[in-house]
Amino acid sequence: MLTIPCPWCGERDVHEFRSGGEAHLKRERRADALSDAEWADFLFLRANPKGEHAERWYHVHGCRRWFNAVRNTHTDTILAVYKPGEAKPEAAQ
Amino acid sequence: MNQSHRLPAGGRIDRSRSLSFTFDGARYSGHPGDTLASALIANGVHLVGRSFKYHRPRGILTAGSEEPNALIQLGLGNRTEPNIRATQIELYDGLVAASQNRFPSLEFDLGAVNDTLSPLIPAGFYYKTFMWPQRGWMTYERAIRRMAGLGRAPDGPDPDRYEYRHAHCDVLVAGGGAAGLAAALAAGRAGARVIIADEQAEMGGWLLSEGETEISAKPAVDWVGKAVTELAGMENVTLLRRTTAFGYYDQNWLGLVERVTDHLGPYAADHLPRQRLWQVRAKQVVLATGAIERPLVFAQNDRPGIMLAASLRSYIARYGARPGKALVVFTNNDSGYRTALVAHQAGIGVTAIIDTRMGAVGPLPQAARAAGLRIYEGHAIIATSGRLRVDGVRLGKLAASGDRIEGSGFGISCDLVAMSGGWNPNVSLFSQSRGKLDFRAEDGVFVPGQSFQPLRSAGTCNGVLSTAECLAEGLAAGAEAAREAGFANRKPAGLKVTEPECPAAAPFWLAPPEKPLARAKCFVDFQNDVTAADLKLAVREGFQSVEHVKRYTTTGMGTDQGRTSNVNALAIVSATLGQDIPAVGTTTFRPPYTPTSFGAIAGRNIGALFDPVRRTPIHDWHAAHGAKFENVGQWVRAWYYPKPGEDMHAAVNREVKAARTGVGILDASTLGKIEVKGPDAAEFLNRVYTNSWLKLGIGKARYGLMLGEDGMVRDDGVTVRLGEDRFLMSTTTGNAATVMTSLEDYLQTEWPELKVYLTSVTEQYATLTINGPKSRELLAALTDDIDTGNEAFPHMSLREGNVAGVPARVIRISFTGELSYEINVRASQGKAVWEALMKAGEPFGITPYGTEAMHVLRAEKGFIIVGQETDGSMTPGDLGMDWIVSKVKPDFVGKRSLARSDTVREGRKQLVGLLTEDRKEVLEEGAHVVETVLDKPPMAMLGHVTSSYYSPNLERSIALAVLKGGRSLIGKTLSVPMPDKVIRVTVTEPVFFDPKGERANG
Amino acid sequence: MRRYSIFALARNALGYHEGWERAWRSPEPKPDYDAIIVGGGGHGLATAYYLAKEHGLTNIAVLEKGWLGGGNTGRNTTIVRSNYLWDESAALYEHSLKIWEGLSQELNYNVMFSQRGVMNLAHNLHDLRELKRRAHANRLNGIDCDFLSREQVGEYCPLINLSPDIRHPVLGATLQRRGGVARHDAVAWGFARAADARGVDIIQNCEVTGIMREGGRVTGVETSRGTIRAKKIGLVTAGHSSVLAGMAGIRLPVESHPLQALVSEPVKPILDTVVMSNTVHAYVSQSDKGEMVIGAGIDPYVSYSQRGGFNVVQDTLHAIVEMFPMFSRLRMLRQWGGIVDTCPDASPILSKTPIEGLYINCGWGTGGFKATPGSGHVFAHTIARDEPHTLNAPFSLERFTTGRLVDEHGAAAVAH
Repeated sequence: MLTIPCPWCGERDVHEFRSGGEAHLKRERRADALSDAEWADFLFLRANPKGEHAERWYHVHGCRRWFNAVRNTHTDTILAVYKPGEAKPEAAQ
Repeated sequence: MNQSHRLPAGGRIDRSRSLSFTFDGARYSGHPGDTLASALIANGVHLVGRSFKYHRPRGILTAGSEEPNALIQLGLGNRTEPNIRATQIELYDGLVAASQNRFPSLEFDLGAVNDTLSPLIPAGFYYKTFMWPQRGWMTYERAIRRMAGLGRAPDGPDPDRYEYRHAHCDVLVAGGGAAGLAAALAAGRAGARVIIADEQAEMGGWLLSEGETEISAKPAVDWVGKAVTELAGMENVTLLRRTTAFGYYDQNWLGLVERVTDHLGPYAADHLPRQRLWQVRAKQVVLATGAIERPLVFAQNDRPGIMLAASLRSYIARYGARPGKALVVFTNNDSGYRTALVAHQAGIGVTAIIDTRMGAVGPLPQAARAAGLRIYEGHAIIATSGRLRVDGVRLGKLAASGDRIEGSGFGISCDLVAMSGGWNPNVSLFSQSRGKLDFRAEDGVFVPGQSFQPLRSAGTCNGVLSTAECLAEGLAAGAEAAREAGFANRKPAGLKVTEPECPAAAPFWLAPPEKPLARAKCFVDFQNDVTAADLKLAVREGFQSVEHVKRYTTTGMGTDQGRTSNVNALAIVSATLGQDIPAVGTTTFRPPYTPTSFGAIAGRNIGALFDPVRRTPIHDWHAAHGAKFENVGQWVRAWYYPKPGEDMHAAVNREVKAARTGVGILDASTLGKIEVKGPDAAEFLNRVYTNSWLKLGIGKARYGLMLGEDGMVRDDGVTVRLGEDRFLMSTTTGNAATVMTSLEDYLQTEWPELKVYLTSVTEQYATLTINGPKSRELLAALTDDIDTGNEAFPHMSLREGNVAGVPARVIRISFTGELSYEINVRASQGKAVWEALMKAGEPFGITPYGTEAMHVLRAEKGFIIVGQETDGSMTPGDLGMDWIVSKVKPDFVGKRSLARSDTVREGRKQLVGLLTEDRKEVLEEGAHVVETVLDKPPMAMLGHVTSSYYSPNLERSIALAVLKGGRSLIGKTLSVPMPDKVIRVTVTEPVFFDPKGERANG
Repeated sequence: MRRYSIFALARNALGYHEGWERAWRSPEPKPDYDAIIVGGGGHGLATAYYLAKEHGLTNIAVLEKGWLGGGNTGRNTTIVRSNYLWDESAALYEHSLKIWEGLSQELNYNVMFSQRGVMNLAHNLHDLRELKRRAHANRLNGIDCDFLSREQVGEYCPLINLSPDIRHPVLGATLQRRGGVARHDAVAWGFARAADARGVDIIQNCEVTGIMREGGRVTGVETSRGTIRAKKIGLVTAGHSSVLAGMAGIRLPVESHPLQALVSEPVKPILDTVVMSNTVHAYVSQSDKGEMVIGAGIDPYVSYSQRGGFNVVQDTLHAIVEMFPMFSRLRMLRQWGGIVDTCPDASPILSKTPIEGLYINCGWGTGGFKATPGSGHVFAHTIARDEPHTLNAPFSLERFTTGRLVDEHGAAAVAH
């Protein structure tokens, strides 16, 4: 069972969190300008990498805050956590 | 029976007390300290079970949890448990045990016909037959299922309790043998919080069975006693006996199951849980899980009376039992000699030692020779005899190559065979932790290699063999683990050990049988009856990956997970393929280490605690007034309130009528409520709802529809503006948490520039809806500071004031099309206000109504229920609700998706009404509508009935449906084909009552 | 291919079973194939079999990075049914179910398809409504589906806790009598043997590391055993679909999640049907060997680790013990995880791709096993004809652009 280091609360068991899927997807506020395919890319297409994955987590049974993590999806090792709006840390590379 | 096979002295049993037990109905006795297996052996019972496939007679192979054969049905009735290893059952007075998988009796089992048929049914035979006729498998399967299975499941619910413990520690030590105790001592002395768990009743592991070993010049068991006493005295150490570390999961999370009362018998301790699941997060782990003796693979090596050599030693030394009178030892290493010597000293006749090697020169072989024991060097057992118990072996001289016999064999009588093929480190937990295994060719074992979690292995599980090495590794591992966990310590002093020398030996994988291999029954997996011939057959047929061999032959798939068979199987497969063992691979060890009861894993989260129950503050009133309830998510809601003699239909009709003619009252407290606060609150709502929110006046209410980004309707509800920067949003009952999560997501991650704060207040308020033409009068009767006049308090607005003497937010909104007020008060005051409303409503004939009447009322008006009219595939347009979708807002959640080619196409499903020809006929919800009824399916469906009720106000049935191109079908007559009839329906607008909506404004 | 039968067994018994031939060859890869199927699970092997049998393509290879059937084929809980909600899904799964009914004979390999019925329990009014909707749709689609009252549930499966006082009492159930379970490994092995007999090269221990393209069409694959050229390539690598598609520069609407399952120790027959519950959230059947085969939902995060959290196992067993209180004293024997591709609409992708000659079969989520033969059948058609079969046309990649999803979340709310 994973532990996840919430950037606000510290390390907690995974069942306190909800996974929010891929991070850094850009939601275009002027989406009318997008083609159906471009919109579908945002809506549905995912990197889903085997390896380093920048992803969102929600500390739903804790501080109720969202944050980002970089996790190796092959080993489930969490390489970094960071707050929304921050760039993906280089350290995770 | 009188324990005829008990040695006169010795063993760690309490001879001063006798315990009585039964096995297959026969009464026996044993002593405290016995296992069921040792007690049976002490009573001369070796035949304890039948094998899975061939129903061959089987005895006790081991003295530990790796036992593949001696699987027992333990206990009776609801407390019976199948497949329990006799070697793990601590004896208690009154124990009732039975053998399994036999009919009519263990001695005479009809299933043994399979043994006779065995030439016909090799590995995988079932894939090659039972295919005719096509449906025949169901018949064959019934018979096969009856033959398969092992024990019986209990008859009824488990009467026992289970519980969870969560624990954190610095060092978890799995295994309490020499290495484990040493590790715990070292870590505990360093000050680390230590948990040490061992699966047996007594800590000490093999040391408890080794009378010859001395530690610090005293018997090894004395050191065990001292170590346990010291550990028990340390506050930072938790000693868990009868506790199996069964699962090693990510980030050093381990599951342990402690058998709290199993050893006391079924009814001994009602105040205690039967088992306790420890969920441990450890900073460091020391694995000291020991090693398992490897059986030798030879012809008919499965007869009762054939057991592992060290296990035999354990029965003699630890349990004071005498498993036989005439022993043959078959070994490829010196520890077989050790067993022979121990048996010899215990007065058991040692008929022969058969060593696959020539000229063994170690101290133990020399001692055996000195004791005058008969030794056959370079020999192997090539056959055995004895129906229900071994009565003889045949042996032959091995050729130098080891794979065939020279000359003819000869027989020796015996009633006991001890075999030793060396030791396999018990690497299950290490492997579960993701650790990689390395192969050590010289003795053919897998040892822990690279690990991926903070752990270390110590002792025989790490590949060492002597007690001295175990202690040294244990001390070092414990000290190091403590150091890694932040507890500085010095290198622990070593311990002086005197013990027999048993070095590792080259492996010996398969003794050439006298008969052809295919008929020789050289068992590799005892429980699943997999022979060396089966393995070779699998390889011959192209099943060459280890996993394929396992799955095809079922080797290693039994309840012992192949603890005694996996390495032998792998070696035989490798030899058959002509490849090295590491090239062929290893098998994966999966949790749990030993079978773990569902009850322990489920803990207390069953029955009343299975799922939280959410009740409204007014719940008790509903219950006291005879309400029937329905579950809505975790909520329990009043469904309808039947009066004496009323059925559901009558009750709902009465409630529905009252709500349109007088006044009804509904407990709507389950609706989700979210307070949205902050300077950008209006802008936020503008983005998450489809309609416009910027200009909503303070004290005004508005209905909103929330979409997913895919444009599909996800939730709806009314939001009121409490102030310039403060709104109270309501959500559907079922979606409150999902909506809250989603809103937080947008706010925190998508639009962090918005200054908005969200608070869930669902449970802070009770929501009481009064509904009907008399509701205004009722409200007026209970408030002195709210002007209830139609103009003063118009539809879709909010007033704050006192109702029934308590502060309330009253919102005039309607989910029924009637004049209606939603009174929100503090949850703690909900019931009092409800009762006040009931009292004040008496003159108006106030009628409480439940969710069913609410559904009828809203359906009469064609109001949707999210999750009923919608299913994640409906857009606002599909629901006829384009009016609520802003055409001017640049963005709202889901907007872009509404312009996709599929969402704008013709022929989408649309919400319509349906009226049956027969006014009394109520359609079934979920029924499907077709244009043309065919004689038989398939037939093209237009859509389905989403809501359907009898409307007492219209005195007819009504239904809502979503149909392809539904709006274009209005006026048409369609069909609803049911299994027994076809119902004709006319498509209508989805509003049946007061289509102009005048009543709510009245 | 020498046929299997009771007579063949008897004959071989006389020869000490020395005479059995290999179930499939172990050829070296050829430099060039007409078509390559990447992924030697059930779906991939079935695709190859039908390509050879129905489309005359025999110069083809199946490339498997490990051992046949070692992915989800060998890790699932083997439930087969076709009672899906939407017409498109129902047609696809029913197509598959019909093949299942004759599959052992078709392959001359006993896949032990046991039509013991699949029950889906309803625990509240919402469940009832949804299950009735599905039952009516199934009936009009010509798919057998009975609706059982609470009492009938008790008659059909007396073990289920039918007490009205429990947290989520059973109110009724659907029953698809033609549904059931099958022997998962046998499906892979049976298709492999039959495909091999038709000339398909089945190549294990051959990992694809790159997909070669020229001018917008595929030309072959790079593998751990060298370059292999091919005119057409079908990707059938459940769990790793995004990884393989990524080699061709394609992003998929797919996420990979752990799905866990477990079995109890074997016991004598006690449960004669398959029981599934969305609300209590678990499903169970008893294998022919006697083990209770149990599963539930996916772990919620993306992972390729083939491991999940023990909390998911605990939740699953809460549900099982709640539904079957006498199972509390059964013991978990083995527990494992697989990786499933999940699609946003819980429906699969069986589709051409933007790259000519490249086809993809993925996104089955938790329910791919039941579709194995039907999926292979229509996917072979798609590859051979370069156009979808009518049954898989709705399951194209384009649906994510147009929005024409086939949302089966209701049917798949509990993994199966």
